[in-house]
Amino acid sequence: MKLHFLKPLLAVSAVLMMGQSLAETKVIRAGTEPTYAPFEFLDENTNSIGYDIDIINEIAKKAGYEVEIVRCPFDGLIPALMTSQIDVAISGITITSERKKKLDFSTPYYHSGLTAVILKENADKYAKIDDLKDKKICGQIGTTGLMYAEKISKESKAFNTNPEAYMELKSRGCEAVITDKPVNDFFLSKAPKDHFVALDDVVEAEDFGIAVRKGNDEMLKIINDGLAELEKSGKLKELYKKWFFE
Amino acid sequence: MFDLELIFNSLPLLGLGALVTMEITAVAVAFGVCIGLFIGIAELSSYAWLRLPAKVYVDFIRGTPLLVQIFIIYFALPALIGMRIEPFVAAVTACSINSGAYVAEIFRSGIQSIDRGQREAGRSLGLTWGQTMIFIIIPQAFRRIIPQLGNEFIAMLKDSSLVSVIGFEELTRKGQLIIASTYGSLEIWTAVAILYLIMTLSISRLVAYLEKKFNTKKVS
Repeated sequence: MKLHFLKPLLAVSAVLMMGQSLAETKVIRAGTEPTYAPFEFLDENTNSIGYDIDIINEIAKKAGYEVEIVRCPFDGLIPALMTSQIDVAISGITITSERKKKLDFSTPYYHSGLTAVILKENADKYAKIDDLKDKKICGQIGTTGLMYAEKISKESKAFNTNPEAYMELKSRGCEAVITDKPVNDFFLSKAPKDHFVALDDVVEAEDFGIAVRKGNDEMLKIINDGLAELEKSGKLKELYKKWFFE
Repeated sequence: MFDLELIFNSLPLLGLGALVTMEITAVAVAFGVCIGLFIGIAELSSYAWLRLPAKVYVDFIRGTPLLVQIFIIYFALPALIGMRIEPFVAAVTACSINSGAYVAEIFRSGIQSIDRGQREAGRSLGLTWGQTMIFIIIPQAFRRIIPQLGNEFIAMLKDSSLVSVIGFEELTRKGQLIIASTYGSLEIWTAVAILYLIMTLSISRLVAYLEKKFNTKKVS
């Protein structure tokens, strides 16, 4: 039997398995969806950066853990957490009662609200978000922005990422994109000035939390202790300034 | 652990998605066969101005992922032509153009597999090139390529799940949307897989029937 070709395979899988058992000791696998600037997005070298990424790195550093950022679609984050493929999910996740049934959340680390971005040419047509009632609204699948859109309009449309929703708005496939205020603000700061505007209206005060698997109290404690410390030392404020006031 | 009730409650929505999947596949395959027949014959033409564009089309489409083609047609093309493309039109266009390239290769190989004596016989009986093609070569070739066309049909049905990325709500997208609010990955993906399986098995049965019907005398 010729089985030499198996040898390198075995060697590789042995190394992989070793790597995995080492990794399980002191690594937090943090799931995130990096198309949500300024919370999480990619720099020019495609490293994940943003407010959320800094926070989880700080928490892990204090607790003596390393962070492995796992990039994953937003609508896949909660299933990934439930099936233990990641240890925490930090991705601008709003704490909702529906999600609390499936997951445990840390103490809130960010307070947000939803806004709507529309085309400037329609600025006269809409004053508040609820004027968009029964209009075509786009958003990202699984987000509270899209849930709000679905609540006020039957004609809402889900995309996998927010940038795709903005593209749809640009090509006039919908009237508005509803999402978290900092994300819309970040988009407006980068987009052509005379093209888009945000409505002044902010709805649905929301708290962001870091999600862990239900019953994973050990991880929850690490996260909550870390957040409390960041709050006390003023680091959280510092990071806030870094990402939201640039 | 396995929530059967969730599947049961989701079935109407998933069924609707399956209908849309069938609709898009049927339209794409119909267009794809028309495009493919034309391109396949063009590929065999002795005129370079027909042959070369056909080759470029087949190479380009087979050499790039359908997912990228969908993104180009839906998000990039409107910027170029300054006009919005409806999701259904974009989805069907991308799938048809994609399917066309594969069907073209199927037709080309089918036509080439017919003995050249058939063509010579047709021509010497006074038929034109076109008449020989339509009445002699293509009917024989068609019978031979039924299994491959069936394969392409099944592949297209499964590939149509890719149009979910432009927010087009076919079966896969309906599944994703239900999971986004219920988090029941296990149940919904199982149900989605079974629905796809029902559709693909039906197609392969249909193809087996057609194969039998057109193959009364076995072509060796």
